[in-house]
Amino acid sequence: MSSSDVTVKPRGMRPTDITDPDYFHKVVDCQWACPAHTPVPEYIRLIAQRRYTDAYMLNWESNVFPGILGRTCDRPCEPACRRGRLEEKPVAICRLKRVAADYRDDVSGLLPRIPRKKNGKRIALIGAGPASLTVARDLMPLGYKCVLFEKDPRGGGLMRTNIPPFRLPEKVLDEEIGYILDMGVETRFGEEITSLNALLEDEFDAVFVGTGAPRGKDLNIPGRDDADASIHIGIDWLTSIAFEHTTKIGKRVVVIGGGNTAMDCCRSALRLGGKDVRVTVRSPRGDMKASDWEIEDAEREGIPIFDNHQPKEFVVENGKLKGIKFARVEAVYADDGKRSLVPTGEEVVFECDDVLMAIGQDNAFPWIERDIGIDFNEWDMPTVDNTTMMSTRPGVFFGGDAAWGPENIIWAVAHGHQAAISIDLYCHGRDLNTDRPLAGASLASQKMGIHEWAYDNDYSEDTRFDVPHQDHKITLKDLKAEVELGFDDELAYLEAERCLNCDVQTVFVRDLCIECDACVDICPVDCINFTANGEEDDLRGRLRVPARNEAQDIYVSDVLKTGRIMAKDEDLCLHCGLCAERCPTGAWDMQKFTYVERQANPAGQPNCMAYVK
Amino acid sequence: MTYMKKPLVKHPDLPKNELGLTRRDYEGLVSTLCAGCGHDSISAAIIEACFELDLPAHRLAKLSGIGCSSKTPTYFLNRSHGFNSVHGRMPSIATGANLANRDLIYLGVSGDGDTASIGLGQFCHAMRRRINMAYIVENNGTYGLTKGQFSATNDKVSKSKKGEANLFEAFDLCTLAIQLGAGFVGRSFSGDKGQLVPLIKAALRYNGFAFLDIISPCVTFNDHDASTKSYGHVRTHNETMGRLDFVPKMQEITAQYDEGETVSVPMHDGSLMRLHKLDDEYDPRDADSALATLRKRYERGQVVTGLLYIDEDEADLHALLNTTQEPLNAVSMDKLCPGNAVLQKINKSFR
Repeated sequence: MSSSDVTVKPRGMRPTDITDPDYFHKVVDCQWACPAHTPVPEYIRLIAQRRYTDAYMLNWESNVFPGILGRTCDRPCEPACRRGRLEEKPVAICRLKRVAADYRDDVSGLLPRIPRKKNGKRIALIGAGPASLTVARDLMPLGYKCVLFEKDPRGGGLMRTNIPPFRLPEKVLDEEIGYILDMGVETRFGEEITSLNALLEDEFDAVFVGTGAPRGKDLNIPGRDDADASIHIGIDWLTSIAFEHTTKIGKRVVVIGGGNTAMDCCRSALRLGGKDVRVTVRSPRGDMKASDWEIEDAEREGIPIFDNHQPKEFVVENGKLKGIKFARVEAVYADDGKRSLVPTGEEVVFECDDVLMAIGQDNAFPWIERDIGIDFNEWDMPTVDNTTMMSTRPGVFFGGDAAWGPENIIWAVAHGHQAAISIDLYCHGRDLNTDRPLAGASLASQKMGIHEWAYDNDYSEDTRFDVPHQDHKITLKDLKAEVELGFDDELAYLEAERCLNCDVQTVFVRDLCIECDACVDICPVDCINFTANGEEDDLRGRLRVPARNEAQDIYVSDVLKTGRIMAKDEDLCLHCGLCAERCPTGAWDMQKFTYVERQANPAGQPNCMAYVK
Repeated sequence: MTYMKKPLVKHPDLPKNELGLTRRDYEGLVSTLCAGCGHDSISAAIIEACFELDLPAHRLAKLSGIGCSSKTPTYFLNRSHGFNSVHGRMPSIATGANLANRDLIYLGVSGDGDTASIGLGQFCHAMRRRINMAYIVENNGTYGLTKGQFSATNDKVSKSKKGEANLFEAFDLCTLAIQLGAGFVGRSFSGDKGQLVPLIKAALRYNGFAFLDIISPCVTFNDHDASTKSYGHVRTHNETMGRLDFVPKMQEITAQYDEGETVSVPMHDGSLMRLHKLDDEYDPRDADSALATLRKRYERGQVVTGLLYIDEDEADLHALLNTTQEPLNAVSMDKLCPGNAVLQKINKSFR
């Protein structure tokens, strides 16, 4: 082999490119995990400063429904929270969001102004859930006319129909939906679209489908038809409660299913007259789909959960439901992790008056003709581009649960933002991919003096605070009495102080470093290292504390004077700034990272189509 | 300095020693020295060494005098005994404490002012008496606490921050230590923990007077281009005489070296020092060779580091005086005061 064959490769890791917005964005675990990229640490700091209105608006820009989400969000941010890796529990991000909503002042003057002169484009939004409402919110300030079609008499989609009022008061819902509708959205409530083709013949420049996953799954086991009068599909039953068509239920109620809908069903049943309400689920407890906190809330109200119970038969006597027969099962996991539920041979009958079925939801598009250029896949779901949200028919967009099946509100919001960008580009004849705005980012030093930072860098040793609850004596009697009372001002402050300010980044300047080790010595979590470079696996293993969490990056500098590199494991950094305080040369600085999310109407750029690079 | 407390939270995967402690358990208060001070790195190296030695902190006594260096015992081992003495008088305190309780480990931390100026006499006598202690000088060549005057260890060629020339030759504390009877003499650099930690471990385990001269740059007054005690100068002029591995008692020897000569020095307590020499000309067991090497290298402008001299015969003051094996606070009353009959016998022997 001649020497020209040898390609000289740099040995070890390449220096981290901190100008890539994704690098520091990933360090802000909560924001990175949030589909709408809500700037969590920033609004938590505002809450600590009791600037509730500012915290609210910052949320509103990203996630559109802070008051609603502050009570109901599936909280992808919390499992991601760095604090949860340092100790057991993450910051109560979701409930702090509610604090911003609860204590805000009137925000009407802060909402975007809607241009009186429209841009001549008309958009149809089908379904008035969070996805469509987000599209409307993003497009109305740009001068679009939005027409919102909804089969129910009021807007909100599943936020109104499926989330019971003891978790989400109507007032909160009406206010936040109102902010959007009051922008001048033309509402066609009570108008169900039965033919997309017919709608397309109307002069719309684009159509957004945000109809959710409205069909609750049924269970076809013996006795199903005979007991029909006493068997209710969970989401339909919740909807009929929301519109006050249903006001009571039998004394003995069995809920089938282990998801969040099942939790809402059992708790609602308890409030409508149920005395013996029980939840049954096929899988073992640990595999239940419901969020831990929703299971806890149901159990706190005294509702037992029977896991490993597979329904076999509705027992009917004299044409009336008597109970349900279950086979006890056991989960067996194959080598590939695949689970099968094996009957133990034991059977049990739960006597009951009513059954609520909450075993999942399906999409249903009977109203979309299959010959109008919208492709459907083998599961009868539309083919939707996951960047642009557009279907195979140009100008028809999907979002929320309608796009890829049941998710949650915050995903619907994220879809809505992306669809709005696409609709805006589409209506202006621009390319949906290449002309798409890029995410932006900025870094700003937080240094105010030798020991003064523009953020509160001290570490709080408090463990997570529980949200106070209303007395059961009150809540179990009144469907509309909110169970969670929310943090008060003082608890909110203490909980906010638990936030590590992960958006205040440790920025390292190689040329200023004299390798005195001061930062290594002071770092409370041993994340800073000066060592020889190496390939990532090797380097991770050689750090002061080996960096085992591979989901977290290693921040690597260029080569220093001694030939070593600086390698920082981002995993458990407290963002306390002690490295920067102990640095004699300012080679470390604490800089606030601000991520600018892509939106059709970017923050700070009201009423214009300005994209932030 | 830092106003906020160093958070107590620590990395959950932090290694634990035989006592179930992490290195964080050997820390002290947050330093109030200037940011970037070499002394803080030495404190961190002491923490690391004590952690690795599985030392119970309450079996160690920290002793110091006055100066930036003498403040540092506050910043490590906050569960150990401590005594902050009069300027330059730490060796007297150490001597007294050591005679009273020979079971504790004594760690003296001093600076170039405290040792080479006001405390020079005390320092010399402690060595001559072979007090069983580790004596560290955090040597930055300057009186940092009084704003940067030359100290007695500042090299003649090394100018002040403002360009003022130094009229006097420097003491070489290692030369002095070898001449006056220190059994263990080493020099290191605050910016090289890889070298420093094993040296501190061996010094703490050495039975006799173990001296470490640690170049520790003063970032505020003596870290400029014309200084020979700056981070930059020491890094570029550092000549390591040998790499030391400290192998505690009962532990298998795992370090492997490919070239050069390795000298194994068994220690009093059963542990082993393995020195991998990088210079064939000198033998750290030979005082003459060590002194010659120090002088030669100094003339070449080099900063010689590593274990420079080791007296394998670890004799200390207790052995020379043939004192009791027990610390005085453990000697029983009847032994301490054997009664009139014994006194009469002793008196009689002098008649």
